Amino acid sequence: MTERAGEAAMLADVALRRAGFGLDVTCTVAPGEVVAVLGPNGAGKSTLLSALSGLVRPERGRIALGDRVWLDTDHNVDLPAHRRGVGLLAQNALLFPYLSALDNVAFGPRAAGAGKRTARTIAERWLARVDAADLAGHRPGRLSGGQAQRVALARALAADPELLLLDEPLAALDVDAAPALRGLLHRVLRSQHRPTVLVTHDVLDAVVLADRVLVLVDGRIAEQGPTRAVLARPRAAFTARIAGLNLVPGIAEEEGIKTGEGVISGRIAEPVEQGEAAAAVFAPSAVAVHRECPHGSPRNALRVRLAGLEPRGDVIRLRAAARLMGEDPVLAADVTPAAVADLGLAAGDEVFFVVKATEVAIHPASGGSSSP
Amino acid sequence: MQPADRSAPRTQRRRGAPVERSRTGVPAPLWMPAAMALALLVLPVLGLLTRIELSRLPELVTAPAALDALELSLRTSLAATVLSLLLGAPLAVVLARSRLRGLRVLRAAVLLPLVLPPVVGGLALLYLLGRTGPLGRLLEDAFGVTVPYTSAAVVLAQTFVAMPFLVVGLEGALRTSGARYERVAATLGAGPWLTFRRVTVPLLVPALGSSLVLTFARALGEFGATITFAGSLRGTTRTLPLAIYTTAQSDVDAAVAMSLLLVVIALLVIALVGPKAVEGRGD
Repeated sequence: MTERAGEAAMLADVALRRAGFGLDVTCTVAPGEVVAVLGPNGAGKSTLLSALSGLVRPERGRIALGDRVWLDTDHNVDLPAHRRGVGLLAQNALLFPYLSALDNVAFGPRAAGAGKRTARTIAERWLARVDAADLAGHRPGRLSGGQAQRVALARALAADPELLLLDEPLAALDVDAAPALRGLLHRVLRSQHRPTVLVTHDVLDAVVLADRVLVLVDGRIAEQGPTRAVLARPRAAFTARIAGLNLVPGIAEEEGIKTGEGVISGRIAEPVEQGEAAAAVFAPSAVAVHRECPHGSPRNALRVRLAGLEPRGDVIRLRAAARLMGEDPVLAADVTPAAVADLGLAAGDEVFFVVKATEVAIHPASGGSSSP
Repeated sequence: MQPADRSAPRTQRRRGAPVERSRTGVPAPLWMPAAMALALLVLPVLGLLTRIELSRLPELVTAPAALDALELSLRTSLAATVLSLLLGAPLAVVLARSRLRGLRVLRAAVLLPLVLPPVVGGLALLYLLGRTGPLGRLLEDAFGVTVPYTSAAVVLAQTFVAMPFLVVGLEGALRTSGARYERVAATLGAGPWLTFRRVTVPLLVPALGSSLVLTFARALGEFGATITFAGSLRGTTRTLPLAIYTTAQSDVDAAVAMSLLLVVIALLVIALVGPKAVEGRGD
């Protein structure tokens, strides 16, 4: 598939002020890189996307893709949305209800001047790439949420944008449809070269899709870095709150992931190919702590060194460093005070974090979360 | 009921709200006034039907005066509807989408003919476009055109009172659907004109049906503004409502027969376009 766009890095520096709210963000996104923007409600995530796509105009700023300047308030440059080449996939698919799925996808190529047949050929290829070729003739009203979102993704990409914006693309999907689309996005995003900005409130989206994470709080960047580094050592309070999941990197296997210390088995949350980078994800509340390595087959045991104990409501959160993941206390377990007392746990102890395979979800992982 | 079920908004179903008919009944005290309202709307028309002299009906309905009036009414009402569409639809888009200052004042101005008694509208038109009116004199001096008391005056009077229905209907639909689809089209590279043709217009089609029906019906029934501004000249400006009023003074049977014509046209319009227009609402 020939792709005009997506070879240039995105460079954005925008500042804008609205009633009771300000946004001041500088960021770059390399070609092919996926940057996840995380942040609490009202932090300015959507405003940032609107500024990038040209739907709102910042008071001051500059946005450029390579040598194409979209916005430069100093030189009075402000390209309207339709001349920028942004692909937008929002929470709702917003497929044009009066067009078939195929014609929805063909809309972008048609707007770019392609003839009807050429546009349809392009649209067919993109529908096939998102596994939706069989939906071509369907009206949007007859598609499920997940199907509509697939078609919307194909539509955004078929317009051959230079920058791809994903605005909570999974938020409106039900629990069955979200993992499938997340897996699809993972696959599609890795095979293209556009800079991509993903706004999400779900840390899993960042783990699976993003190379880098940018945490936005009150309109400013609170922290940023490679996904796993940020999630493992959150500095902003917001990140710490959402990063409450344990995440062990490895290589995908048939029913789990292979790590330096053996296999962690779990259920496959999204389609992931064997040998691909993947992560085992589980909640701190799913972890039991043992002094000795238990010998029950459906359980995973990780040898860890306790780094700290902190009370959290009616449980105690243990922070621990796993040998295979370096010295930092990147894993957490929530246990009862009684269990802590029974086992006589203290910082520096070597224990086992034990978690049932059914509590572990295996996700494909983007580059940023598999490499340290 | 099948098609209605299928057209229920998908978004609602996705949010987990089961699609089912409300099981809470209508409160008992509402039935009585509702029945009276219906009686008030339907009984007079039925009463009209009982007044018909069946033996004289064919003769009365095909009387030249009646047919002239009918033809004139249909022609002028259609012209007024087309004029309303050509001018009113763009106005609706401007009202719904532009960020002009003073948009609220404009919106109120559009509503004015809806609340103004039509006779007053007719007088206003007469004083603007009459021989002594500022615009009327200009037209006469420059082009030798006199508007009042012509068929064109009928169309203008009908457009004056009927166009607001179209503007309000379309603007409401535009504001309900929001600019979301237009924004999507922009991110797909479509400029404003292409977006209007390929997104705004198709989205408006369902609302267009009902708005056009209302506009046409209002134009067809126009009386006050027409008689003030265009007079009641047979064959030129005497539309069916005017003819009914004039005839009623001398021959009630003929007036009732002509009224029956209007009732039949109204029923036809509702039957042909009405249900479809109402059903197509929402996205």
